[in-house]
Amino acid sequence: MTEHEQFAEDLALYALNVLEGEDRVQIEKHLATCSTCRVELEHLRGDGALLALSTVGPRPPQRARQRLLDAVAKEAAPALAQQTRQAGAPIAVGARRSWWGVLGWAATAAILVFAASLWKENAALRQDVSTLRSLFGQQTVELEQARNVASAITNPGGERFTLVAVKAPPQPQGKAFYLRNRSNLVFVANNMPALPPQKAYELWLIPAQGAPIPAGVFKPDAHGSATVVNPPLPAGAEAKAFAITVENEAGATAPTMPIIMMGTGE
Amino acid sequence: MRSGDQSALAELYDRYSSVVYAVALRVLGDSGAAEDVLQEVFLQLWRNPGAFDAARGSLGAWLAVITRNRSIDALRRRRPETDIEDVIVSVAPDLAAAADRSRVAEKVRGVLGSMPVPQRTALEMAYFEGMSHSEIASKTGEPLGTIKTRIRSGLLALRKAFQGG
Repeated sequence: MTEHEQFAEDLALYALNVLEGEDRVQIEKHLATCSTCRVELEHLRGDGALLALSTVGPRPPQRARQRLLDAVAKEAAPALAQQTRQAGAPIAVGARRSWWGVLGWAATAAILVFAASLWKENAALRQDVSTLRSLFGQQTVELEQARNVASAITNPGGERFTLVAVKAPPQPQGKAFYLRNRSNLVFVANNMPALPPQKAYELWLIPAQGAPIPAGVFKPDAHGSATVVNPPLPAGAEAKAFAITVENEAGATAPTMPIIMMGTGE
Repeated sequence: MRSGDQSALAELYDRYSSVVYAVALRVLGDSGAAEDVLQEVFLQLWRNPGAFDAARGSLGAWLAVITRNRSIDALRRRRPETDIEDVIVSVAPDLAAAADRSRVAEKVRGVLGSMPVPQRTALEMAYFEGMSHSEIASKTGEPLGTIKTRIRSGLLALRKAFQGG
C-alpha cells in the first residue's frame, strides 16, 4: 500500500513520459512486478489522452494523404493473422493481430460498409466472369469450327474437287475441300440455278468403292451461291470424286436423280 | 488483400488525421514538423497494426497519445522513448463510445477551465511541452513535490469528469 502511494505521483509523470533519472529507474522496477500499477498507468495515459483530444487545429494539408499512401505502397503489406477476429475477443499471447483488431467497433462499421460495397462489386464481377466464361466456351467451339474450315481449305493434305455443270451455261461451279483424316469438308458453289420449291441440291462423296455417301443438302441463295461446311461423314472416307444431284428438300440417303455436277480430285 | 489493407489505412487516415495533426501542431508549433509526425504515426500504424488493441478502447485516444509522445520526442530532439507496442491507453467507457470528438474536446476544455490556473499550467507544460517536474518547478518557482501533486490530481480531475457519463 505504502509503495503504491509512494509511486502514485511518479506514476502520473511516468505516464506523461516526463519522469527522469533515478525516479524513473525505480518506477520501472516497480512496474515490472506490480500489475495494479501497470493498470493505473494505462488509465493515467488515458487521462493524458483527453488533453490531446482537446486540441483543435487546422486540418492537415491535402498532399499529406497522398504522401502517406505513396509511402505505404512502397512497403510490403504487414503480415496478417490467419483469421480476422472480432474486436474485444481475447487473443492468445504472441498472436499477430489482424487489421480488424486495429479498427475496433467504431471504425469497423465504416469498413464493413466499404467491404460490403466491395463485396457487391465482387458479386457483379463474379457474374461477369461466369458470363465471360460461357461466352469463352462458346467462342472456343466457334473457333474450333473456324479452324476446321480453314484447315480444310488451306491444309496441303486436303483434296480439291472442282465441280462443273455437265451441260451448257450458265456455268455453275463448285469446289470441295476435303481433309480425309479429320473428316473436314468445306464445299462452296457458285452460279447454281434456283430450284423449284421443296427441292434441294445434295452433295455426295463418291468413294473408291461402294455407294455414294451423303455429304450435305443445300439451296443456293439469290446469287446462286451456296456453302456446305463439315457435314457429318464417316471417318476417313476416301473420296474418288464429289457429285451433286437434285433431291427433295429433306435430302436422300442415296441419289435418286442423275448427277448434274461432278469433280474428281486435282 | 494488399489493396484492402491500403484502403483500410486510408479510411483510418480520413477518420483520424485531423486529431493527429492537431496534436502534433499544438506540441511542435510548426506545420512541416507536424506533417512529418503525422506521416510517421500512420506509417508506424501501417507497419504494426497489432500495436493497438481494440479491446482496450478508443483508437483515437491511442493515436492521440502516440502522436503526443512522438511530437515531444521531436520537440526535445530525443530518440523515441517508447516503442508504440508498449503503449497501452485505457480510457473511460464514455470516451471510448463517444463518436463526437468535438464534444469530448469541449468537455475537457471545460474541466481545464475550472481548474486552478497553476494546476492547469503545470499539466499543460508537462503534456504539451514535455517538461519534467523539475523543469516546471524551476520555471514556476514552485516546489518539486507540489508540481508532482498538481500533475497527478489534474489527470484525475479529467478522469473523473468522464466517469459516470
